Amino acid sequence: MEFKFNEREEAFRQEVEAFLNSALPPDWAQKSMGWPGGYASGGYQGDDALESLARYRKMLIEKGWNTISWPREYGGREYTYVEQAIFDERTSYFRAPNVDVIAAGMVAPTILRVGTEEQKKKWIPRIAAGEISMWLGYSEPNAGSDLAGIQTTAVQDGDEYVIHGQKVWSSGAQVADYAWLIVRTDPAAPRHKGVSFFLVETKSPGITIRPLQTILGNYHYNEVFFDNVRVPAENLVGEKNRGFYHLMTALDFERVILVGIGGFKRVFEELVAQVKQTKRDGVPLSDNQSVRLKLARIATEIEAGYLLVWRTAEMLDKGLSPSVESSVLKLVATELSRKMAEVAMDIFGPYSLIEENTGFTPFRGLALRGYLDCISATIGAGTSEIQRNIIAYRGLDLPRF
Amino acid sequence: MNLDFSEEQRILRKSAKDFFTRESPELLIRDMREHETGHDVELWGKMAALGWLGVIVPEEYGGTGGTFMDLAVILETMGEACLPGPFLSTAVLGANAILLAGTEDQKKTLLPQISEGRQVFALALSDPGNWYEYENIKTLAKQDGSEYAIEGVKHFVENAHVADKIICAAQVEDKSGRKRGLTLFLVDADSPGVEIRPFRTLAYERHCQVVFHGVRVGENAVLGTAGNAGPALETLLERAAVAKCVEMLGAAQVSLDLAVAYAKERVQFGRPIGSFQAVQHHLANMAVDVDSIRYLTYQAAWRISEGLSAGTEAAMAKAFTSEAAARVTRFTHQVHGAIAFCDEHNLHFYYRKVKASGLAFGDSEYHLEKVARSLGL
Repeated sequence: MEFKFNEREEAFRQEVEAFLNSALPPDWAQKSMGWPGGYASGGYQGDDALESLARYRKMLIEKGWNTISWPREYGGREYTYVEQAIFDERTSYFRAPNVDVIAAGMVAPTILRVGTEEQKKKWIPRIAAGEISMWLGYSEPNAGSDLAGIQTTAVQDGDEYVIHGQKVWSSGAQVADYAWLIVRTDPAAPRHKGVSFFLVETKSPGITIRPLQTILGNYHYNEVFFDNVRVPAENLVGEKNRGFYHLMTALDFERVILVGIGGFKRVFEELVAQVKQTKRDGVPLSDNQSVRLKLARIATEIEAGYLLVWRTAEMLDKGLSPSVESSVLKLVATELSRKMAEVAMDIFGPYSLIEENTGFTPFRGLALRGYLDCISATIGAGTSEIQRNIIAYRGLDLPRF
Repeated sequence: MNLDFSEEQRILRKSAKDFFTRESPELLIRDMREHETGHDVELWGKMAALGWLGVIVPEEYGGTGGTFMDLAVILETMGEACLPGPFLSTAVLGANAILLAGTEDQKKTLLPQISEGRQVFALALSDPGNWYEYENIKTLAKQDGSEYAIEGVKHFVENAHVADKIICAAQVEDKSGRKRGLTLFLVDADSPGVEIRPFRTLAYERHCQVVFHGVRVGENAVLGTAGNAGPALETLLERAAVAKCVEMLGAAQVSLDLAVAYAKERVQFGRPIGSFQAVQHHLANMAVDVDSIRYLTYQAAWRISEGLSAGTEAAMAKAFTSEAAARVTRFTHQVHGAIAFCDEHNLHFYYRKVKASGLAFGDSEYHLEKVARSLGL
């Protein structure tokens, strides 16, 4: 056993750290409002947010680190999964924005695996250059956890398909260029055997986007309506009617290590620092035994989360398929998102309720944002209950109901 | 990063597992709980012959020269077998105490005896009412010429009744009544003035009250140097806590396996209860607990093996495992329903064992407090 990085990993870790120090404003983490695991609590709140984000994105793409998982022949870095996990850990620890995580991190690897040569030529260089962004068109009003129940259809008409239906919870659809869309192409086939993937330009005629306001008051996801939207047949990616299998492969291999575990550590460190300088009735909060134990529990679970990240990445590097382990990781990390938010709220008591900067708002008002945002963590990308189902079926081989 | 056992450790694990299956197809604890001493001498001899009692003892002292991780491999299978007996108190506590604090002479004399299975050790730490904070120990060793007279009462001295040597923690007091600090003494268990009273406990572990009635020992009974036991004791207890975690890991994994197997075979409402999500989600949570126990524990054991600081990692492992392993066995009972409430079922041995281990060498909150201190709180 080796619970430490090898030389190459350690060197890469330092390289990433040096890059982040050069590419982000020095106060980036201190001004970041995101809650680890949550979807909607937003990023950097400085005045120079947009310029800083653009600069970081440009530097990251120049460095080629938006494609670190890709094969070399397509311009990727072919880094190991442990190295990808290191990259995810360090960037999330620095609270860096996710750049092209859908296009470069999820869609491109799927195109590379199941796409035609023409599709690779058409899409891969543009994704690598950061020219196009994407959103995921998965969930529908009647197909959430039960994704195989999607009803949006694509019907072939000559060298085009005509798409009709509705998607929902589509993060970033209001700003991204293309939909990575899963739709039903054979309504007569069994549910898992009649769906396919399409790349659809967001501004295609017939697409209507209705942003949905989150409980944090901002806009993150959308309802997207498809009214007979025409898409070139060449935009069908992978095998027709095999979309569900492509999706499962993509989920198993692309997203397993992207839990942003470093963000948990960073926010927790800030929470601890805040506790050390906060008093309750004149007594330092850090002298309060209940507070100490609450924080120690979170610290312990963050450590467990880290170990599950390395374990999962290491399995992938050994060529094993960590479908169960990635569910364990997702479950542990997102439940931790919730627990840490609850602990932060309880530690600061009534002061955690203050939303604006009053001069006596503790923890930059993060506890309250986390308390709201953590709700999304255990729901998005497969609820905690779905993760437990996966662990039960695939990990423990229990019979299905 | 590499989170797997080495090839040698895999072989060691397999041979340990095969050994316990062969030696005791039924759980040994079921017979041993009624046994007079609870110590299977024949099994002890076989474990010595396999080199397990001296697994962490360097070869120059007659041991196998393995690492703490190798010891952990054996302990995990012992946890799986719910094995009773003085292995932990001898091969973990005794051997580590001598390695950490002992003089060269003591190592040369005692470590081969441990490795060969000729000496059983017990560790006497807690004074009455003293749970885990050993800096508060009141037991006195009064200096009298070149001798000491140990006076005091110790609780939870596991296996003292079968021990050859008891390692007793006491405060040395010199002739003028000055305290000279915490010291570990090697006391022959049959010394005059040593009174041993075993008492029965939840997990059938043989804990004893040991009374030291002015027990006289010589200078050579001091483990290492007098007045200086604090740091060694701290490291020893760190290792003891991790050893308990490894045992709990083995026990929790077996418990989970029992629950999963039963959920697949037990039919109610015309289908296996393992097909119900209420049951599945219990089992999934248990699997997650076992996973976290495993890697927190391995990490701490690995750091000890490598000679790295392991205080925080050990505290995290013990804090988490003490609660999580108890949770796993408790839900294994829930999945089994009434059948495992019967004495004839094996599960209660594991339910008992992990609770006892959870409360040994610092419970969850004791170790969380250590974690809190490591955060600078």
